[in-house]
Amino acid sequence: SQGLLYGMEMIYAVPGWRAPFVLVNVSRGIASPVTLEPDHNDVLAARDSGFLQIHCATCQEVLDNILIAYRLAEDPAVRLPVIVNMDGFYLSFTREPVEVPAVEDVDGFLPPFDPESIRFRANAPESQGVVVLGGTPYSYFRYETHLAALKAGEVFDQVCAEFGARFGRHYAPVACHRTEDAEVVFVMMGSFSTKAQDAVDRLREAGWKVGLVRPRLLRPFPDVALRAALEGKKAVAVIDQNLSIGLGGILYAEIASALYQLGRDAPILASFVAGLGGRDIAAEEFFEIAAVCRDAAATGKPPKPRLLFTAEEMKEVRKYQTIAETEARMIKGTPS
Amino acid sequence: MNDRHFDNIKDLPSTHLLGVGTALCAGCGGLQALREVCDVLGEKTVIVNAAGCMTLLSVYPFTPFHGSWLYTSMASAPAGAQGVRDALDILIDKGRIGPEEDLNVVVLTGDGSAYGMGLSATSAAVERGLDFLYLCYDNEGYANTGHQTSAATPHGAKTATSTGVHGFRGYKKDLFEIWAAHRPVYAATVIGSEPVDLARKVEHAAGLKGPRFILALAPCPVGWEFAPDKTVEIGRLAVDTGIWPLREYVDGRIRHTKVPHPRAPVEEYLRLQGRFAHLFEPEHDDGTIQEIQDAVDDYWDEFD
Repeated sequence: SQGLLYGMEMIYAVPGWRAPFVLVNVSRGIASPVTLEPDHNDVLAARDSGFLQIHCATCQEVLDNILIAYRLAEDPAVRLPVIVNMDGFYLSFTREPVEVPAVEDVDGFLPPFDPESIRFRANAPESQGVVVLGGTPYSYFRYETHLAALKAGEVFDQVCAEFGARFGRHYAPVACHRTEDAEVVFVMMGSFSTKAQDAVDRLREAGWKVGLVRPRLLRPFPDVALRAALEGKKAVAVIDQNLSIGLGGILYAEIASALYQLGRDAPILASFVAGLGGRDIAAEEFFEIAAVCRDAAATGKPPKPRLLFTAEEMKEVRKYQTIAETEARMIKGTPS
Repeated sequence: MNDRHFDNIKDLPSTHLLGVGTALCAGCGGLQALREVCDVLGEKTVIVNAAGCMTLLSVYPFTPFHGSWLYTSMASAPAGAQGVRDALDILIDKGRIGPEEDLNVVVLTGDGSAYGMGLSATSAAVERGLDFLYLCYDNEGYANTGHQTSAATPHGAKTATSTGVHGFRGYKKDLFEIWAAHRPVYAATVIGSEPVDLARKVEHAAGLKGPRFILALAPCPVGWEFAPDKTVEIGRLAVDTGIWPLREYVDGRIRHTKVPHPRAPVEEYLRLQGRFAHLFEPEHDDGTIQEIQDAVDDYWDEFD
């Protein structure tokens, strides 16, 4: 939300304090223009802050991952804050059944936190968050934070394994849906990926070998798991619900960096931007994306990045513009 | 707190709690006030700092503090203080630490933050009744970035961004009155060159619970353009001319702790500072000097 941007100075400051806590972000498209509905440009503005990021697709996942996030954040090898991301309106303002674990079980999973040096006590005076001068100590502490974030990848796996054993719900850094024999794979984050999942099931019914990969963990970036999930596929369509103005989809660029190491064996990679400001993504659009990817795989030529927008939508915008122009003319024409 | 009375200079603490050798400028009036405040508050203090000159007090791996320190950002020191206060309260309440581990939570900020971008967070903290002491060293400009105009810059002063022939055309914001309008438990203005008055006020504030405000005028040799050995003299003149009224807000009333009588003409204060030199050379700017004098006279007329 705009609020995350308002807090951005401290969002970048606190990871360096190695202060572990959990921030649940309700994602919204950010101004301008002003809107109330979701996309991921807000949380991606915090991408490089040092907060770890877990992106959720359902309310159950939000609840479970808040618990997982506390364990991850407080792990002595990590000690970094974590953002658990949920989409505005789709998850924040809707209701769905959620299994709430018992307090005793949660207590067993989340032991009391030992703050170690992150505390102020009269008997142990300490200066914290102090200035460093010259690039050397600055680089040192930035690298330390980065290495801790990388370490968090292993810790996430351990924590999720324990969570699964205790609560019966299993989470991986990358969620895969019908990818094993898939030739074309959609890559998407957040609740809109459930639309992609539905499209995958419908395409499968029609005999298409399609799957969905959903990065749940965005920081640390699960590049190994993503390569494992995408290696050997014919084409990968990254559907970004964000837009880096002047670049394109942010996740697309990140997936490209992960797949580059596969060299000539890397799948064809296609970029689609969709779902900005809560714009719906219709099943037919996923079908079209799958077709574009299938054709690209056949020719071996990656398609141009596409910004999803239908002729119908263009008509709608033209209608708004006509109304706005007419209103403006009427106001001008009115004698004062 | 302690039953200490500060009646004269001999009553001031003889143990000094702020270390020397920091990166601050020679003759810094803010450091002078902070040093005096630290001596009165004692070691059981955590200072939550907003971005400003004092940020450079604690440079890794050194710190001049006997107590604790947390650097936050320019606009969010009161929010940081709230977090530290709440954490201590909760831990003591739950018995996880003893009451002897408690700390006075002090926000330390310059005028750039206190009068400007930190004001919203400050107002909100006072409104929540946060138990903290808020200390502002007011050097009347963004001093550590080259002394640009701030919301505390006085009428007629030249700054890096007010370079016109008459200096800064606006008037200094009255932050003390803004605080008083919030009905805090205590608010006071001080200056390092009046250490007994300062110590009395800080001691009083330290014994109270709730939002407390100490506003210290901080003569700045670099930004105000005077020799470092003139800090005390200029500080005294700020009081004697009536430009810096020493006052306190207690129980809904404002009173002066020192009434300069008769008041020295403001010109005596202005002449010593390079930031006002354009009022005297090449021509005597009678108009602007009179405006400054009138503003001081108008203020005191209410109380005379």
